[in-house]
Amino acid sequence: MSFLEYAPAPESRAILSLRDEYGLFIDGEFVDGHGTPFQSVSPASEEKIATIANANGADVDAAVAAARRAHDRVWSRMPGRDRGKYLFRIARLIQERARELAVAESLDNGKPIKESRDVDVPLVAAWFFYYAGWADKLDYAGLGANPRALGVAAQVIPWNFPLLMLAWKIAPALAAGNTVVLKPAETTPLTALLFAEIVQQADLPPGVVNIITGAGDTGAALVGHDGVDKVAFTGSTAVGRAIAKQVAGTHKKVTLELGGKAANIVFDDAPIDQAIEGIVNGIFFNQGHVCCAGSRLLVQESIHDEVVERLKTRLSTLRLGDPLDKNTDIGAINSREQLERIRELSDAGVAEGAERWSAPCEIPENGFWYAPTIFTNVQTSNRIAREEIFGPVLSVLTFRTPQEAIAKANNTPYGLSAGIWTDKGSRILAVADQLRAGVVWANTFNRFDPSSPFGGYKESGYGREGGRHGLGAYLSPATAASAGRTPARAVEARATAAVEEKPAKRTRRPSKPAKKGAAK
Amino acid sequence: MSRLAVPKTYKLFIGGAFPRSESGRTYEVAAADGAFLANAAKASRKDARDAVLAARGAVAGWGGATAYNRGQVLYRIAELLEGRRAQFVAEIEAAEGVTRAQAGAQVDEAIDRWVWYAGWADKFAQVAGNANPVAGPYFNISVPEPTGVVAIVAPQDSSLVGFVSAIAPALVAGNAVVVVASERFPLSAISLAEVLATSDVPKGVVNVLTGSPAEIAPWLASHSDVNALDLVGAGELDWVDLEIAAAETLKRVLRPEPGPDAAAPTLDRIAAFTETKTVWHTKSLR
Amino acid sequence: MSGTSLVTARERAVAVLGGQPDDATLRRYLHGIPGVDAVGLEQRAAGLGTRSIKTSSKQWALDRIISLIDLTTLEGADTPGKVRSLVAKAMNPDPADATTPRVAAVCVYGDMVPFAVDALGSVHGDPDDGLISVAAVATAFPSGRSSLEIKLADTAEAVANGADEIDMVIDRGAFLAGRYGQVFDQVAAVKEACRRPDGTSASLKVILETGELVTYDNVRRASWLSILAGGDFIKTSTGKVQPAATLPVTLLMLEVVRDWHLLTGQRIGVKPAGGIRASKDAIKYLVTVAETVGEEWLQPHLFRFGASSLLNDVLLQRQKMASGHYSGADYVTID
Repeated sequence: MSFLEYAPAPESRAILSLRDEYGLFIDGEFVDGHGTPFQSVSPASEEKIATIANANGADVDAAVAAARRAHDRVWSRMPGRDRGKYLFRIARLIQERARELAVAESLDNGKPIKESRDVDVPLVAAWFFYYAGWADKLDYAGLGANPRALGVAAQVIPWNFPLLMLAWKIAPALAAGNTVVLKPAETTPLTALLFAEIVQQADLPPGVVNIITGAGDTGAALVGHDGVDKVAFTGSTAVGRAIAKQVAGTHKKVTLELGGKAANIVFDDAPIDQAIEGIVNGIFFNQGHVCCAGSRLLVQESIHDEVVERLKTRLSTLRLGDPLDKNTDIGAINSREQLERIRELSDAGVAEGAERWSAPCEIPENGFWYAPTIFTNVQTSNRIAREEIFGPVLSVLTFRTPQEAIAKANNTPYGLSAGIWTDKGSRILAVADQLRAGVVWANTFNRFDPSSPFGGYKESGYGREGGRHGLGAYLSPATAASAGRTPARAVEARATAAVEEKPAKRTRRPSKPAKKGAAK
Repeated sequence: MSRLAVPKTYKLFIGGAFPRSESGRTYEVAAADGAFLANAAKASRKDARDAVLAARGAVAGWGGATAYNRGQVLYRIAELLEGRRAQFVAEIEAAEGVTRAQAGAQVDEAIDRWVWYAGWADKFAQVAGNANPVAGPYFNISVPEPTGVVAIVAPQDSSLVGFVSAIAPALVAGNAVVVVASERFPLSAISLAEVLATSDVPKGVVNVLTGSPAEIAPWLASHSDVNALDLVGAGELDWVDLEIAAAETLKRVLRPEPGPDAAAPTLDRIAAFTETKTVWHTKSLR
Repeated sequence: MSGTSLVTARERAVAVLGGQPDDATLRRYLHGIPGVDAVGLEQRAAGLGTRSIKTSSKQWALDRIISLIDLTTLEGADTPGKVRSLVAKAMNPDPADATTPRVAAVCVYGDMVPFAVDALGSVHGDPDDGLISVAAVATAFPSGRSSLEIKLADTAEAVANGADEIDMVIDRGAFLAGRYGQVFDQVAAVKEACRRPDGTSASLKVILETGELVTYDNVRRASWLSILAGGDFIKTSTGKVQPAATLPVTLLMLEVVRDWHLLTGQRIGVKPAGGIRASKDAIKYLVTVAETVGEEWLQPHLFRFGASSLLNDVLLQRQKMASGHYSGADYVTID
């Protein structure tokens, strides 16, 4: 027998007790939605998991109203110390129910259990722990003394890290004193609904966290709602763009964490075995459904062949299959729609003359799957070198000098992340300096931590999540006129007639609805 | 016996040069009492395009300069302004119809704001940056870096203080700017450009357009090579459309600021046009 | 068992190095090998450690672990009686279960070789044939601090007494001082001393003592150096220095062996030794071998565990799998 064909070691689903139907979580209770319910299916088997309520405009109104009440009457008046205690409770409850959450996440999303168990869920707990401690220390957030919460935060999250993105959104918002209405992605609502149960177990005041499920129109209604003070969105650049337009002219503060096409730059003096692992982790982690995925491998021409050969060897050991199997490296593609997009772009790569190589994986009969794939002979102008594929597809390009590597890495409208692999410290720092990306991993890739700010340049969005910066995204200074004013000669000295006669007028008009749905 | 004065021709400031508008257009700038002051250049969309190009070319050098160097260059502007104080006082006095003392106070405030911002150049990253205690064997640091090319609609009600207050914070962090001056009070902006041209500010780092903000701003808001848009002085414009245009390429946008002291100096104004970059590196003794 | 012939090894080294194996040439070569990022290496090893092995694979793995063990006693207090007891355990690990495989070898000090050979009798031989080899530590084990003459005599005596395998230690002092040529020459000379009058040769395992080399870059260079000089196996540790074998170090050495195979076509063995006490840990090593160099390496002349207490833990696991209930320490023999 082959030892490598380890017998299946599926994580038990017995730990998970799911309901057949889930309502919306508004004002501390599960309630029926007024839209047409939809099914959440397992992408690995296409089996139905549960029926999920669909929030319509009235439901959005109710959720925002609940959040507003909770903000005005309870949460904004509560001492930070107590808000912190609630968040610590939530962190502990997540740890207690970690295995259950991991199983639910893999079931609903299709990601390997080893990732949901070892990466997603531990980070979720860490995120709440980190921000819990901030709740009574907001004076140190960098906005001066007594910063204010923004109010009600509308949060729309994607399907690639459902629970982790929830934590990235809810933890800092609550720590800062905001209340939230969060909409999980249509295809992955399950863990957010389990989180609602955790919120109940934590005895969080009703309305502080509201979770509404639905598709893009629900998200758009939430983002565009007049009662919302803050919009935080993670998802595609197309939807992010629509949101930016939708909130134009309003008072809403916005954080957008959008797409990417990260360069993973490998120099010829790189620690080669770790670089191979980093490349694999960079693009095949979570089936490549990662906004910061290292989808463009920029390898120094002198080691191109060696790197590609080693990559192919390594990819051949990856195990694709049942997400709940502890030995699975590559899980299912999240949806048929996403699979189609990956196929389309991959075919475009072939049509444009790139060479496609896929790992020899057995593809299960049911569900949505895509074998880990490498494209060589890719040109910078090819679609697969420019567009975000959001799947397990790596485009390999070459460079000759550090300058060329930097130029190619930056030659994209995106700017979320980048990787550098070299043994030379001075080069790492200089290249990191010049990369136009919000997160740069040197001799590592795809690392996340609640204390570490994350977010993009350019069309990868704006604002940061994580760390002190992520907290600041949910606060405003005590008064607009304080915070760091110059102590210079006072403004009153310039009592010009012109200024006094013409106070600036602020043009306002109703915001337009976004063209596309607000969720990806 | 009075001497006949030699009036100045006010032109645009693009890429370190002082061209007329490529369109050949000018518009009349009048004093508070209605008297003719000058024919200022009326910039066109092509001038805006040229300015963005010049700014883009200057980003790497300015953003890549040491913070100490940027601080000195910005401080040098204050020094030169101080030396030409009388010129600016006279210009403001004529343009805004304020007293000499009021104009003097404005110039002093503008100079002091340069000094204040210049001092931030090599401190801002320390205040806005972080060493992050991540749970793993990593060195992890977050630093603010310039956003790139920032287009600014300067406060419209102020000759100098508003203009300085809008561009200085963007420059501190290492951005290059394209700024549309006050339509009504453009002359001090161009005089300031003359100061910049003779100071150590590299060409292209500041580009000044005069003319109609309503005409030029949409071209800047929609320009794909502009990274950020400061609408501080755009309150009179249809700025929502500008914000929507800017959203096409996810530009960072500062919305109009009402009030008598728009763009008042704050650390937030520096932070607004920076990108927090976080760098991870493994660490080990083995 | 016979390793590579010396002439071939040196010739190959000269060809690979592009020059004679002196300090300068070796330094140029060894320092030209890509570095190791410790964090990444340790993460990869940890990842391999999370593989979950169940049922039939586990059964196979447990038996395979036993057949890859160099059952070891290396005490100052070793006696002929202790060695005979060890050999008995090696031949018949679980008296209650005849299906239990034998270990690959017994590993003893050089002066104990005759007693081991004697005790093994007809079972003495090549583990590939289901027999048990005798491995002797040599070259002033564990410190290696003596003259080359004494090291060679130590080796020759063990071989003459019937040792099939020699576990030598490199001169860590020379290595850390950058005297790579000296380390090369010693390994090559010991390899020569492994020759028997009939032209065959004892297999040479080169102990790096990774706990004293400390850095992974050193381990990688010492691995290349030992292989270039003619070692048939590279071995992590003497067991007398902490840390002894670790999964990251073993993974790194396997990567060297993989690269050497790609370069020359020659297969070199790897032996983690010291500190591997639990079946669960040993299985992680098997996974690491299988996913790094391939399952073909999971055979006695390419992979060994240097261990003593590991064997009993594997036996307890075996008993549990056979009976369905947990076993206890009194149901396995102490040696």
